[in-house]
This record gives sequence, C-alpha cells and structure tokens, in this order.
Amino acid sequence: MINAVARLGQATIDTVVQLGFAARFVIALLRHSGMTFRRVPLLIRDLYFAGVLSILIIVVSGAFVGLVLGLQGYDTLQRFGSETALGGVVALSLLRELGPVVAALLFASRAGSAMTAEIGLMKATEQLDAMDVMAVNPIARVIAPKFWAGVIAMPLLAGIFSAVGILGGWFIGVVVIGVDHGTFWSQMQNAVDFDADVRNGIVKSFVFGVIVTWIAVFQGWSCTPTAEGVSRAITKTVVYGALAVLAADFVLTAFMFIGR
Amino acid sequence: MAYCVTERLVASLSGVDAGYGTRQILHGIDFTVHRGQVVAIMGGSGSGKTTLLRLLTGQLRPWSGTVEVLGVRLDQASEAQRYALRRRIGMLFQFGALFTDLDVFENVAFPLREHTRLPEPLIRDLVLLKLEAVGLRGAARLKTSELSGGMARRVALARAIALDPELILYDEPFAGLDPISLATIGTLIRRLNDALGAASVVVTHDVVESLALVDYVYFVSRGHIVAHGTPDAIRNASDPYVRQFVHGEIDGPAPFHYPAPPLAEALMEEI
Repeated sequence: MINAVARLGQATIDTVVQLGFAARFVIALLRHSGMTFRRVPLLIRDLYFAGVLSILIIVVSGAFVGLVLGLQGYDTLQRFGSETALGGVVALSLLRELGPVVAALLFASRAGSAMTAEIGLMKATEQLDAMDVMAVNPIARVIAPKFWAGVIAMPLLAGIFSAVGILGGWFIGVVVIGVDHGTFWSQMQNAVDFDADVRNGIVKSFVFGVIVTWIAVFQGWSCTPTAEGVSRAITKTVVYGALAVLAADFVLTAFMFIGR
Repeated sequence: MAYCVTERLVASLSGVDAGYGTRQILHGIDFTVHRGQVVAIMGGSGSGKTTLLRLLTGQLRPWSGTVEVLGVRLDQASEAQRYALRRRIGMLFQFGALFTDLDVFENVAFPLREHTRLPEPLIRDLVLLKLEAVGLRGAARLKTSELSGGMARRVALARAIALDPELILYDEPFAGLDPISLATIGTLIRRLNDALGAASVVVTHDVVESLALVDYVYFVSRGHIVAHGTPDAIRNASDPYVRQFVHGEIDGPAPFHYPAPPLAEALMEEI
C-alpha cells in the first residue's frame, strides 16, 4: 500500500517536473523565435515539410469525412423532412468541429510525429550538440522554425479540410442523392455565421496548432537519445497530441458557447 | 613536436569538480593545454573524459574550481560570452555529427554561413580549401549517406576548422575506423594543429595511435587524473592503472569481473 502511494507520489512529481521543463522550453522557444522571421527560408523549409506534405492526407481525409457527413446528414434530416438543410449541417459540422479537430489529429500523426522523429534523431546523432558547440543555438535554428511552421500550417490545413469536406457533402447530397443545387448552397449561406462559426473554427485550429507543435518539438527535444527513446517520444507526440486536442476542443467550445 | 610550454595558455582547468544533477563525475581536475600542443585525454569508458570536453566548450558549468578557455572564465561566463567563445573553438564529434539534410559542401559551409557575411564565391573557395585539406574536395557534392565512416569524420574535421579555430577538440576521433582511415585522421589532427597554430585536445582510448601523435597525455580514471606526462613517460609509467591501459592487460586495477558475490555462493542460491 505504502509502495503504491510512493509510486503515485513519484509519478506526480515526475509529471510536475516534466511540465516545468515544457514551460521553460516554450519560453526559450519564444525568446529565440526572432531568427525564424529574419531568415524566412528556414521557415519556408519547415512549412513545406509540415504543411505542404500534409495536404494529401488532409484532402483525402476531408473528402471522406464530407462524403460520410453527406450520407449521414441526409439520412437523419429526411426523417424530419428537412433534407434541404443538408448544406448547412455539413458546413457547420465541418467549420465548427470536424475541420479543426480531425485536421489537428491528422496533423499530430503525420507532421507532429515527423517533427519529433527528426529532432530526436538529430539529438541521438549529436547534430544538436554539434550546432550548439558551433555557437549556433539549436532552439533558434531548428526548433523555433518548426514550431512556427506548425502554428501557421494548422489553420490552413483545417481550412483545406473543411473546404474539401463541404465539396464531399455537396457531391453526395447534390450529385448522388439529388438535393437541389441552389438550395444546398443557399441553406449553407444562411446557416453559417462568419463570427460564430468560421472565426471560432480558425481560433480553434490555431490553438490546436500551438498545442500539437509544442508537444511534438518538446518530445523530440527531451527524448532519450536512443532508438527506443525516439520511438517512445513519437508515440507520446501522437497520444498526448490527440488527447490535448480533444480536451482543448471541449474547453474552447464551452467558452465559445458561453460567449454567445 | 613543435610546441613550447612557454607559449600562450589556451585552456586551463584548476581544481574542477563537475557532474550532472547530484552525480559527481570529475574530482579536483587540474589540466592545461598550450598553443601548438596536441594533448590526449585517455581513460576507460565512463571515466569522465567527455565531461571534461563539455567543460571546455562551456556546455557544462563546474561545481567548483575555474575553467578558463582562450582568456574567458567559463565558470562565470554568460550565455552570450560562451557562444562568442565557441566561434573560436572547433569540435569533431565521435561519429562526425554531420547534418544529414545537407550535403558535404553545405555541412562545411554551415559555420561560415551562420557566422560570417562573406559573399558566396568566397564561401565556395573557403569550403573547397577546407575540403582539399582533408582530401575530400572531390566529394563536395556527395550526400552524407554516401560517405564511409572515415570520410564522414574527415568532412566533420573540415567543418570543425572552417572558421580557423584556436582550439580544436576531438571526441573519440579514432573510434570504429579502419587502419587507413585511422592513420589519415591521426595525421590530419597533427598537421592541421600545426598549420593553424592552434591547440588540440583529443579524447581517446586508442593508445598506439595517440601516443605516436600527441605531445602530452592526461590519464583519467573514475573522475580523477591519475597520471600525466609526455608519451614516453606514459609508456614507462609505474601507475598500475596506466600500465594496464597502455599494455591492454585484461585484469588489474580495472577488474575483468563486474563486482558480484562469489560464484560458488551464486550457484548454491535457490531460485
């Protein structure tokens, strides 16, 4: 019994210490972010790896989510004789929730894990140490550009996800099932409010971008520099990233509803 | 060997205790290296050699004692002072630590691009000269994945001397090399040190190659300097640990067996 309490205590202390390290890390990251915006090619390189290379998975996933929303939405709405509202349902679901959340989960698994792996391997092969000894701060040169690339890419990817998803819903609703084309779009136009839906969706995806990229770069930076350590760090990025996104989504949604 | 101890002191450690967290690694270390000198730090794995290097680069602060490198007191220096000092130091890592997203040319150009505003043609000329010095000008456009272990070490050496450092540090430069690459790296360490008028510190446990190359040797064991002197003095040292290390004896002060209860006792133990 005492051992169990001691283990719980130790785990709590370890978690608090780790959170402290993560907080200090993000402060150092922000302090050394100047180089990222002075040397734009560094940022562009990481935007390409985090953003451009994630577009395919975002587009394919967005299309499938939109197709499913079209089918499920139509099936549910027709029970109440409201199938003409399909456009609004698809757009609201994607812009408010599914776009930011699913895009962030996909981003954590594709770009986040790649960031952790790259930083972890650079650590394991002493590349970060070598940079430090060459008087080049690795946080400024390697970590900060990746962080800002993730923060910038995330809302853009969420936007692409939602846009493709809406097209998927349109394809199922209008082309396959035969909902009226004009009604589909006009319902969507009437239902979607820019401030409440689009802007809040952008705010969410920005916050998710900060959370996921912070977790990804921190896990890479703090991993044990061995094959097993890097692999654990990648797993943590995906798992912690997904949990943090879902938890943050609840908190943000609650605040956004209270604010209305 | 072309050095004189009255030459300028490049680095010195005096009464240094150091470690990580609460674990002490080095105890009361006194160490000096002068301009023109190639100094070896020898000792078994885990003896504290690499920790000593980390003190010289300012990556680790001593718990007590003084660390002075190129006139900068590293035990008191700010982050900016440490970074400024590192521009005057070159370091070769154990396996090169080349940047895998850059090719050979860009690896060597890295410090020049980061710390100078030289025009591109001049950077190109400097990089080719550094690569020529290590015999790899023809490999300038190879990817790092296309290099052998010895070649990677030589590229890393070209990168380490890109800014003409006054102090060059080598962490296990001979580890895992074939005899030809080993002799090449050994020759380059001596030749580059003399050509640049620098000082070099070589952390190694390769006895034969090192004793033929260096001017002075420090022996580290369990965080203490147990012997130091010229290569000849080290070869004839009476210290049992140094004798065991230099002559490669399997048993001695560094025991063959990891500490354990007697074998008979272990065999009789019930599982």
